[in-house]
Amino acid sequence: MDLFGSFALLLAFICAIYAIAGGILAIRTRNPFLIKSARNAGIAVCALIFLAVASLVYLFLSDNFSIAYVVQHSSRLQPSFLKIAALWSGQEGSLLFWSLLLSIYVFSVLWSYRDKHPELMPYVGVILASVQLFFLILNNFIANPFKLIGTVGPGGVLSWITQPDGRGLTPLLQYPEMIIHPPMLYSGYTGFTIPFAFALAALIGRYPGEKWIHLTRRWTMIAWCFQSVGILLGAHWAYAVLGWGGYWSWDPVENASLMPWLTGTAFLHSVMMQEKRGMMKVWNVWLVFITFLLCIFGTFLTRSGVISSVHAFAQSDIGPWFVGFLIVILSVCTLAFLKNRDYLKSDNSLDSMISRESSFLFNNLILLVACVAVLSGTVFPVLSEWATGQKISVGAPFFNRINIPIGLMLLFLTGVGPLLAWRRTSADSLKRNFGMPMAGGLIAGAIAWPLGCKDLFSLACVILSVFVTLTIVLEFYRGAKVIRARAGGNLLSSAVQLTLRNTRRYGGYVVHFGIVLVFIGISGQAFNQDKQMEMSPGSSMQIGRYTLFCQLFENVPGPNYTSERVSIDVERDGKQVMMLYPEKRIYGDSDEAGTMVAISSTPREDLYVVYAGRSPQSDKPVIHAYLNPLVKWVWFGGVVVVLGTILALIPNRAAAIIMQAAKQPAPATAEQAIPAGVHYDGSD
Amino acid sequence: MNTKLKFGVGAGIILATLVALGWVGAKESKTYYHTISELSTLNQAELRQHMRVSGNVAPGTIQHLPGQIDFVLVEENNRLPVSYTGTDPLPDTFKDDAQALVEGKLGPDGRFIANQVQAKCASKYEVAPTPSGK
Repeated sequence: MDLFGSFALLLAFICAIYAIAGGILAIRTRNPFLIKSARNAGIAVCALIFLAVASLVYLFLSDNFSIAYVVQHSSRLQPSFLKIAALWSGQEGSLLFWSLLLSIYVFSVLWSYRDKHPELMPYVGVILASVQLFFLILNNFIANPFKLIGTVGPGGVLSWITQPDGRGLTPLLQYPEMIIHPPMLYSGYTGFTIPFAFALAALIGRYPGEKWIHLTRRWTMIAWCFQSVGILLGAHWAYAVLGWGGYWSWDPVENASLMPWLTGTAFLHSVMMQEKRGMMKVWNVWLVFITFLLCIFGTFLTRSGVISSVHAFAQSDIGPWFVGFLIVILSVCTLAFLKNRDYLKSDNSLDSMISRESSFLFNNLILLVACVAVLSGTVFPVLSEWATGQKISVGAPFFNRINIPIGLMLLFLTGVGPLLAWRRTSADSLKRNFGMPMAGGLIAGAIAWPLGCKDLFSLACVILSVFVTLTIVLEFYRGAKVIRARAGGNLLSSAVQLTLRNTRRYGGYVVHFGIVLVFIGISGQAFNQDKQMEMSPGSSMQIGRYTLFCQLFENVPGPNYTSERVSIDVERDGKQVMMLYPEKRIYGDSDEAGTMVAISSTPREDLYVVYAGRSPQSDKPVIHAYLNPLVKWVWFGGVVVVLGTILALIPNRAAAIIMQAAKQPAPATAEQAIPAGVHYDGSD
Repeated sequence: MNTKLKFGVGAGIILATLVALGWVGAKESKTYYHTISELSTLNQAELRQHMRVSGNVAPGTIQHLPGQIDFVLVEENNRLPVSYTGTDPLPDTFKDDAQALVEGKLGPDGRFIANQVQAKCASKYEVAPTPSGK
């Protein structure tokens, strides 16, 4: 089965070369047979990678311990779903897994557009196959997951051996989040390859217009959604598993996933400028190039060990390959741009500072600044070593000082942007649209301040969050009112109608609302508390409105571990609420420890309790308790973002034509009866 | 042109503010990497830096004392005594022979006072050292 898998990989490598060479020839000669053949080769690459992954999964499930990768990440007693997840727990397998997810995207593109857009698709196919080729080179020749274990016997004879059992997945990975976080995050990273390929293809092929944006919009939104989920799942894993009480530490690998998200978000917004006003063509092309480069850079940072981080894969020699690939991508993009940039001239330019274009420009500006800041902070050790010979790193204060104001500015723009008109907004329109939401925000701030929200940034967050929420509600309300006036029904059903007629716009508003919730959750951090003390059965600890009573301290055996566990009775405001069991597990043979955090989570705050080991003098358990307000809002906001994206992906329901006897002189066109900013057919 | 100029000014103000904030943040959190062997070569000003040192935990040297945890970091033939004084528990991967990264300042007696300790698994191919003392 390992032969089957490695052969499938090799065949995929060969097919990818053909897809590229044949594809280039097909573009040159415009031979329909070649075009089809190259595309089929591209599909074959995807199928073969799938087969390679299937065989690796089979090797795991069948406990084949003659394969080095299986021995390192699996064992006989490991549950089946963890054996499958072991696929992406190491260098070789996770590279193959990346190829698999990329292949799913590539296949969906090649298949959906198989007989369409013949001027564009051959270029797209070549580019996609080239990206796949890179990862196939890695998996075939540098980091092959199908390597056998061998020893050199007497006389220098190499023989294959089979281990009796594997080492098993490291305990720190045996959590649900670790099972789902890589697939989600990789689905984000790989998904951005699609808009990249189309942008580059359109540039190289001098494909006119904004069609490449329309064609790839769904994939970009899906990739962006997966990236968002992947980042939040990573944060949740850090929070629920690592036990330091927080969910984001500006660790290089965390930053690596955030950077393409920042530019991807900028891209999702600035393409609207290109679609509506033909502006920002050069900017958009480079934005998507940079997003893709950051995805590759992100996985390079994680795998190469070039920056020391919490998530370290082995220090490996895979780094230079990624650097080479990044250079190749950058060169191709630059050459293509230099050659064909004259066809990317803008149709229009900025008319007014108080316009939707302007808000998008500012949106892009600050997202890019945030990305540059995160990038510089992350690679600071490398840069400083080049520049001064001294390796210097910067920590959370650097990132927070820049990104918190940026976050607040973004929040402001989220409320302002949708209310500004294209080209120019009048002062009257401004007053009409902003008055109520801004007033609501300030009132909320006035309420929050005496209630204890005395941190300036958190206060600003409250004011702006309420402001944005009210602008979103107003948008739905105004549109629903119009539909109700014409078609009857109540406000709610009208709002549903409204949404379904322009899912991209109103789904986008739901996503904005989800982001507002995430921001509110993040702002809770300003009020975190924590307390640490020794406890023994009978003693108690007070934190916030919670009282923790230590009931038991015992050793509890598990299937492959023993754990030291503290049973804690939790009271909130004097009433018994729940039992928490923070523990520390010691896994049998490997002698590795795993701390299990106990969390009691409510919308208002999380009570987060860690068993910090025995006190060295008294041998009593040490309990570290944290009170983290509003954390649940972050996770809930993430759910709303996903729902909003799904909503935005639904195709628009066409506007219904209402045939009705005129009761009054009918307006000349439907447009006239509707206030500016809301079009009946849902377009902007 | 007027609008573009206005936009440029606005963008410039935002950029300048953020760069200034970044500068302050960098100064607040600058941490220098040093190897144990380098420590003996540092001058007075450098010895007061907030720094990170990496090495392996010498077997048998981990001692839990009131208010701190002492151990010895080795790198090749160089030894560095460390005292971890942070409040958070040490990561689960912190044990004999583990690769560790300590962050803090060098004390006057040559003992490194760490407020943060990260540790990696001693084995290869592995994931997730965990941070503490944040």
